[in-house]
Amino acid sequence: MAVDGMTGSMEPASVTAGVGSVVADFSADKQAFAVPWGKAMMWIFLLSDTFIFSCFLVSYMHVRMSTTVPWPNPSEVFSLNIGGTNVPLILIAIMTFILISSSGTMAMAVNYGYRRNRGRTAALMLITAGFGATFVGMQAFEWTKLIMEDGIRPWANPLGAAQFGSAFFMITGFHGLHVSAGVAYLTIVALKVWRGDYERSGNYEIVEIAGLYWHFVDLVWVFIFAFFYLW
Amino acid sequence: MSAQEGTQHPISTYLWIWLLLFVLSTFSYLVDYFHLQGLLRWTLIIVFMLLKAGFIVAIFMHMKWERLALKLAILVPPLCLLVFIALMAIEGNHTFLTRSVAFTP
Repeated sequence: MAVDGMTGSMEPASVTAGVGSVVADFSADKQAFAVPWGKAMMWIFLLSDTFIFSCFLVSYMHVRMSTTVPWPNPSEVFSLNIGGTNVPLILIAIMTFILISSSGTMAMAVNYGYRRNRGRTAALMLITAGFGATFVGMQAFEWTKLIMEDGIRPWANPLGAAQFGSAFFMITGFHGLHVSAGVAYLTIVALKVWRGDYERSGNYEIVEIAGLYWHFVDLVWVFIFAFFYLW
Repeated sequence: MSAQEGTQHPISTYLWIWLLLFVLSTFSYLVDYFHLQGLLRWTLIIVFMLLKAGFIVAIFMHMKWERLALKLAILVPPLCLLVFIALMAIEGNHTFLTRSVAFTP
């Protein structure tokens, strides 16, 4: 099959599944991935981001394993007093549900994008960004509580191991930064969708690419939730 | 084209996955809420985590409908992390033992 890589043709090789398709894709003397270049690049960026977050989580594992000072119980540290009773981890649970909901609305936005439904795509993306902003707001609340009430700092922790503070602010801070960047990214793309920028070309791939980034942010939270808050 | 076919699902697919992720998150929260401890706790946390991650990547990120070449290129490299984790766990244990011997009052 003669496909010119320079014109960006995404015609996949003739073998459609199994190991044969991998061999065909990589040996076809053309671009290996039969997806738009933006999508392939986003996937590769996310792969690199996976390694960054893994470095943080692995270093967290290492300091937690190696410290001789007791580790604070996250279940108690992140509990909230609601109506006189301490509900463990409730804020984090709500944040988790919010982020999952944002992933759901984002997935639907991508779907409507491919149906060329301009209004619904933009609206769902803005809802997603709204969920993201709510998440960051709750994270700010959580940080405030830890800093002001518990006196936890990146270098000190009155409740136990100092490394708890370092790991917490580093990991959740970097994740929060990703969410904030995602909110800006989604808002910009949503406004461009709304304005009809992609209507002319009929190409809504950018919605899916932005969606990949957003789902990744949710994905990272799944791991942070399991390893930092539940462990 | 497979990537295009993958984007033409009914909305209900996403709603079902959304619901599933909600249920799985509730389960992992309940693990903490009911103070499950020991091996059972870690097993449940890891299982729920991997299930959630799997559904997000496979359905929400459409990985299920991508060609195998892209799947392998993205999903295989992170497996190196298992070696990294193992190395750092050994190292962490060693540091803990040294600290226990030398620095604990």
